Amino acid sequence: MTAALEMTRVAADLGGRPVLRDVDVRVDTGQFTALLGPNGAGKTTLMRAALGLIPLRAGTVTSGSAGYVPQRHEFTWDFPASVQDAVLSGLVRRIGLFRRPGVAHWQAVWDALDRVRLTDLRKRPVGELSGGQRQRVLVARALVLEPAVLLLDEPFTGLDMPAQETLTDLFADIARERAVLMATHDLTAAAYTCDRLILLNRTVIAAGPPSDLKDPEVWMRTFDVGPGSHLLKALDLGGA
Amino acid sequence: MSPWQFLADLTNPDLAFLPKALTIAVLSAIMCGVVGCYVVLRGMAFIGDAVAHAVFPGLAIAFLFSGSLVVGGTIAGIVTALLVTVFAQNRRLKEDSVIGIFFVAAFALGIVIISRAPGYAGSLQQFLFGSITGIPDRDLYVVGGTAIAVLLAVFLLHKEFVAITLDREMARALGLRTFWLDLTLYVLVTLAVVMAVQTIGNILVLALLITPAATARLLTDRLAAMMALAPAIGGACALIGLYLSWSWDLPAGGTIVLTLTGAFLLAHLAAPRHGLIARLAA
Ligand SMILES: Nc1ncnc2c1ncn2[C@@H]1O[C@H](COP(=O)(O)OP(=O)(O)O)[C@@H](O)[C@H]1O
Ligand SMILES: [Mg+2]
Repeated sequence: MTAALEMTRVAADLGGRPVLRDVDVRVDTGQFTALLGPNGAGKTTLMRAALGLIPLRAGTVTSGSAGYVPQRHEFTWDFPASVQDAVLSGLVRRIGLFRRPGVAHWQAVWDALDRVRLTDLRKRPVGELSGGQRQRVLVARALVLEPAVLLLDEPFTGLDMPAQETLTDLFADIARERAVLMATHDLTAAAYTCDRLILLNRTVIAAGPPSDLKDPEVWMRTFDVGPGSHLLKALDLGGA
Repeated sequence: MSPWQFLADLTNPDLAFLPKALTIAVLSAIMCGVVGCYVVLRGMAFIGDAVAHAVFPGLAIAFLFSGSLVVGGTIAGIVTALLVTVFAQNRRLKEDSVIGIFFVAAFALGIVIISRAPGYAGSLQQFLFGSITGIPDRDLYVVGGTAIAVLLAVFLLHKEFVAITLDREMARALGLRTFWLDLTLYVLVTLAVVMAVQTIGNILVLALLITPAATARLLTDRLAAMMALAPAIGGACALIGLYLSWSWDLPAGGTIVLTLTGAFLLAHLAAPRHGLIARLAA
């Protein structure tokens, strides 16, 4: 398998404080990888470091073309744009400065919309979409560049179970031909669906296929919880 | 006064200042309408306010030394735009308070400077509330040229401005130069504001930037339509406002702004999908 994203001994600071230390991450093409960790663990920071949005203090990142799906609240949903306009905005660099989108660009937009099953809604204003549909718009906007690796930052926040399951199927499907790294708080779904899990809290505590992460101790260290935590019970790792 | 009488006055050589004022008011309303769309959609009305206040010392200095008001205002406005862009990059600073400090200080500086000019009360009022007389011919060319430049820049950079407005984080991830785009946008806002300051006045110019765009937003969910409607509304209200002010001998700036406000309230009531009437009927 080929690594679509590889981070080696990465360290990053924010506002002068250390956030990530000694992070080793590898995401392969064809793999659906979950990035798990409590709030403030550095999941978003790891993705931003992978994208080159923040300077590295140490270490290296090698990455194929990356598609980014930031948290949903970063997007101006009351903007007067249609679904297809929003997806087209992902092509702004490819279209080039001072130039207008051509037929090939629109075709790429429609292909991406088809991929996330939003073709019927392509002319709807983005403000009139449900949470799950909005998330799919953001995924299409990332897919429109045909990225080697797709980075998803907490795509399930605020979504109901049916919407989460539709998206999970979509991500698993995308991961057949690309690499997908998804930060999430839905541990059981991640353990059930993803090929690999990365447990992060400022550094990588453990990584591997779910079946290799049966030691409750690494989960306790990552999430800073005791042996009686519901978290362990939910993962079927014992607990009181 | 009938519209025909107004038309006659516009063509009366003794009233040559009137068509000049009208041209400048309409052109600057069109510029403000277009860039105002980005201002409204990005929720950065404060930037327009900051620039409007900050051009004041530039105008005052130009007035004191009998230089070009347009040039003085532009320089002061662009310096402000640059400062605001630099400060706004740092998300941890409370940007509106920094800007609040800056622009009130700039305004105060303008007042101090202009107080050095003889008979300053009259010129102060002219700056604050606008004036349709005493506009040099040269300004017509400056405003016309600026309007072409601003509209061309918007046309060329539209999709980049949309991208940074929709989602800054993503725009950065895609490799857009957000700093330079922000700065360019703020400079365009500055130019539009400065061109309007003379006829509309320092205090009221914000309405020219915000009201037409906000009105257009109520009327449509399509950005292209919004960016066509806003300058149309701004230009039409500038024309109607100036006509009303001329007919009833009212201050031009105030009348234009009230006309805009009337258009906004009308749209608020009667807009096709989001208006009060449509919502009550639904
Ligand atoms: N702009 C910032 N300046 C300083 N510290 C920050 C900044 N943004 C986030 N942090 C800190 O960095 C840590 C990691 O944040 P983040 O990557 O957002 O975590 P996660 O996405 O896992 O919740 C947090 O502890 C947070 O306090
Ligand atoms: Mg986060």
